Amino acid sequence: MTGTLAAIGAGLAVIGAGIGLGQIGGKAVEAIARQPEASGDIRGAMILMAAFIEGAALIAILLSIFIQ
Amino acid sequence: MGKKLIFHKILILALLFGFQLSAQHNHDHGGHQHHGHNHDHGSHDHHGHHHNHDHHGHDHHGHKHAHDHSKHDHGAHDKGHGSKGYATDCGSPGHVHEHHGYDPAATAIHHISDANVYTILDFVRIPLPCIIYNKDRGFEFFSSGKFHAGHHDNGHHGYKDYVLYEGNVHRIDCPNFKGSDAFEVEGFDHVTVKNDEGKDVDKKYAIINGKAYLLEAKTIWDAGILGGGPSSFYDLSPTKNVISMFLVALVLFLIFRRVAKAYATNTGSAPKGIQSLMEVMFQFVRDEVAIPFIGKKKHHKYLPLLMSIFFFILGLNLWGQVPFLGSTNVTGSLTVTMILAIIVFIVVNINGNKDYWKHIFWMPGVPTFVKPLLAAVEGLGLFIKPLTLMLRLAGNITAGHIAILSFIGLIFIFGNAGQSLAGSSIGTALAVPLTLFMMAIELIVAFIQAFVFTLLTASYIGAATEEHHH
Repeated sequence: MTGTLAAIGAGLAVIGAGIGLGQIGGKAVEAIARQPEASGDIRGAMILMAAFIEGAALIAILLSIFIQ
Repeated sequence: MGKKLIFHKILILALLFGFQLSAQHNHDHGGHQHHGHNHDHGSHDHHGHHHNHDHHGHDHHGHKHAHDHSKHDHGAHDKGHGSKGYATDCGSPGHVHEHHGYDPAATAIHHISDANVYTILDFVRIPLPCIIYNKDRGFEFFSSGKFHAGHHDNGHHGYKDYVLYEGNVHRIDCPNFKGSDAFEVEGFDHVTVKNDEGKDVDKKYAIINGKAYLLEAKTIWDAGILGGGPSSFYDLSPTKNVISMFLVALVLFLIFRRVAKAYATNTGSAPKGIQSLMEVMFQFVRDEVAIPFIGKKKHHKYLPLLMSIFFFILGLNLWGQVPFLGSTNVTGSLTVTMILAIIVFIVVNINGNKDYWKHIFWMPGVPTFVKPLLAAVEGLGLFIKPLTLMLRLAGNITAGHIAILSFIGLIFIFGNAGQSLAGSSIGTALAVPLTLFMMAIELIVAFIQAFVFTLLTASYIGAATEEHHH
């Protein structure tokens, strides 16, 4: 039972991370399209933010593994 | 007790230079738990298989060794290695079960785990040195070749009371067990039972002389995820992962020495050969990571650290993805990434200036009642930053390896564990393109994760050394 709940929790965390990453990617591409000359800076900021979101999602996933 | 942390592995260097403790403790198996009594194999749940073996009716080869074990003084534990005294109170009658069926999860875990033997394609097994410490006998040095590993990296022989199961050294959980320097191991068995908390626990047995002996967990500090747990011995061996790390470090050293020489002899002209490949990556890390985050003035001081981290992680990521070459999972191992994260944590906090600490413990520019709250959050953030650094790298690389192994596992799932040729063909037709796709993704991930780790390190250093103008 805890295993199933942990799996659901991991899934929810991934959904959240997916929404966040989609937002970042979409906005970054919009920003690059608007200002192609700033693409380097935007890409750097995009990867940094994506890494933060991924970190939060990974903590959730690993917690669910530990709890299982 | 037995925890194989990375700093143990660093100890190996010291150990290799003949540093040997001859610990002559009393044979005190103090915290040792004896679960080894009265194993009723019939009542275990063998993964849903129906086992109707009459254990006692089997013709055990071991019966010729039927000494009267009760005459052994089990408390004394004399060191006569020649005597084949297998204690009776630990082993229960058992034999090697043929576990039919394919367990994709167990296979994946086995392949991403560290091992005491370096296996290439399940044919070539390179024995590695074993450095094992236990309280009774002190340090012991031997080659894992003594185990004569075979299929699945299971050892056909045991050494003293150690056996090799799925590539890892396990100790027989029996204080009275006296093996010889090379006793025969018939095979291994494992059953899944529920523990007191209702969790599934894998119990592993070595079958020796027709008896099943419970094995201790392997010594790896992983909260039990990869089958590690408290054990009565420490495995300080240079394992597959350690060897890979040394190998990658050596290759990086040779490459960079060559590149550095090229810059000395080749000044003024265009870069040649390997020099042009490394220059692109070096400049990328310097211009896109170090300078923007740390600043033009200070980045020189941190450049060696950032470059080492970047190329070390990249090298190990790529080394782990070479098919068939042992596919080591070094950067996917939490101990390795933990040490990398601790190094970053130390560097960041040692170099943190006054403003950095002020922003953590007494944030300027906010109302006073918010300051303690922010201090608590920022104080936690101090540790969460390296924690996420550690989890992100290990999680990404391990996830990639598991995905590839699962796709390859399709062959066995469709093929009914090798029973059905038609099924295997369908599985292969599915697995090959999926695996190739996943490997392409993993190749990108290898670069991205090395880049992200370096980038975050640079941003933490930048935040710690930034000069504020209030």
